[in-house]
Amino acid sequence: MTVLCLIEEADGQAADVSLRALTFARQLAGSSGQAVAAAVFGDPDAVPAEVLSGYGVSDAYAICSPQTEALSGYGVSDAYAIGSPKTLAGYAPQAWARALAGLSTGLPATAVVAAGTDRGQEVLAHLGALAGLPMAANCVSATADGPGRWQLVRHRWAGSLLEDAELEAPVAVLTVAPDAAAAEPAPTPAHTSVHRHEPALSEADLVVRAAESAEQSAAASLATARVVVGGGRGVGGPEGFAPLEELAGLLGGVLGVSRVVTSEGWRPHKQQVGQTGTRISPELYLACGISGAIQHMAGCLSARHIVAVNTDAEAPIIAHADYAVIGDLNEVIPALVTAIRARDGAP
Amino acid sequence: MQILVCVKRVPMVGGKIVILPNGQELDTHMSGFTVSPHEECAVEEAVRLTERYGGGVTVLTLGPAEAADQLRDMLALGASRAVLLETDGREWGPVATARAIVDAIRGGDGGYDLLLFGNESADTGGYQVPVRVAHALGLPCVTGIKGIEITESGGPGAARARREYGSTEEAFELPLPAVISVKEGINLPRYPSLPGRLRAKRAVIERFTPQWQPEGLSRLGLRVPATERRQAEILGTGTDAVPALLALLSELGVLK
Repeated sequence: MTVLCLIEEADGQAADVSLRALTFARQLAGSSGQAVAAAVFGDPDAVPAEVLSGYGVSDAYAICSPQTEALSGYGVSDAYAIGSPKTLAGYAPQAWARALAGLSTGLPATAVVAAGTDRGQEVLAHLGALAGLPMAANCVSATADGPGRWQLVRHRWAGSLLEDAELEAPVAVLTVAPDAAAAEPAPTPAHTSVHRHEPALSEADLVVRAAESAEQSAAASLATARVVVGGGRGVGGPEGFAPLEELAGLLGGVLGVSRVVTSEGWRPHKQQVGQTGTRISPELYLACGISGAIQHMAGCLSARHIVAVNTDAEAPIIAHADYAVIGDLNEVIPALVTAIRARDGAP
Repeated sequence: MQILVCVKRVPMVGGKIVILPNGQELDTHMSGFTVSPHEECAVEEAVRLTERYGGGVTVLTLGPAEAADQLRDMLALGASRAVLLETDGREWGPVATARAIVDAIRGGDGGYDLLLFGNESADTGGYQVPVRVAHALGLPCVTGIKGIEITESGGPGAARARREYGSTEEAFELPLPAVISVKEGINLPRYPSLPGRLRAKRAVIERFTPQWQPEGLSRLGLRVPATERRQAEILGTGTDAVPALLALLSELGVLK
């Protein structure tokens, strides 16, 4: 019996969130003496076997497009018999789910796990729907509790609340909360066998497919910034952000804002930190004039250090921050900028 | 074009989540209710699309009788029709919720060109109702969308849907009818107009009472994570705190 984990790639490597999901999958497998298998969409030579071996994966399945002959055997029309191994190179949510469903049945898997990314949630939701299985999103822990039964802890309110839950299903379909745990290699590496897996797909599975566009999104730099300077309602209006941007520049960071700022149209939504914006994980989050609503704090749970600048010593953010300055950001931040410039200017 | 938008009534949690002594539900007697933020954007997007292409917007929710308030809020934003799948207040899981929505679509007038949802509800965050509805109806589906354009002039034939992927964007073409879930940021929802509010107040809400069903994933209890509770060390007040703040930034190694 096996726990199957979907591995997403980023820059030609196994994505860090997927390694975290793999760590979660290994712990789940370990709690019931099972093996861990990985599913990677791509050719066998693109499978990061060495990394997977370090994480204790015994079998890795490279999910590739079937050949034309194989397709015709499944009654697929010529329209989709593309015949090129690139057919599955693009992301197609339902096709990915169909492939995981087939693999999971064949192994057989007792659980299918993926990182709680946009794609992870989407593919496992499709898997749940097409296989008639429940799906639990954003789990932080899972333990087997007899056949077809699991005890789970999962996020609600994007991690501001935890739910203890019980799952009863033939196969557990679980996504892992992205910031639930660190990626940890296995105590002893496994020997990883790489297999080619050609899924049986229908025409309908490939109707929705991604075409990547060259347009750049600013959200990525906010998500990965080492320093984020945040501005909220206390900034006072769209014209008040210049000192915060200047400070962010001096600290090699970027500007982030709270939901009220984007709802008021002061700044674009791509700069929003929060449950419905970007989740950040900087070394330092300097939150200025931000009260600390649940919606906002859900986006910065992974910040290493939080420093708040707020006029209200009773604001909720003070209870979430490591350090605080009680004062008006419109005075404190320009003074801080001046102090940094003076320091940089000194011999 | 005819658009259905599904929304969910959720508490406005503000700065703190308080759980009732039963450990099962949030204490909402001090908070108001709203629809999940992604869904308000879904309604706005639907209204914009019908302003451009004609047609109407139906809003649907599954929830207690009080969820009619949220339907009226959405009518005030420009939706033309509202359907309440009324429950006894118990929490419904995503499988049963999707089934009730599908039954309502099949049993009603149907004929929607587009079914819009929020990417995930603010409270339970299940990430699956739209996908389950799409599968049950045999419709194409994509989630997490930040931009929708209707392609093929002369009638709604297909939708082009865009979303962020890492540092780039990805785009999907979906033949209509289709199911799309959206994220906040796709638009900036309007404020309801006074005529909109008056119309919403008078509107008749269609009601149905679907049957609750248990499902594989069941809640045992809720709790606030322990790591939430830090208490800040106060560095000082006003600009007097700047030297201490500067020293802290230096200690954290973020000064160049």
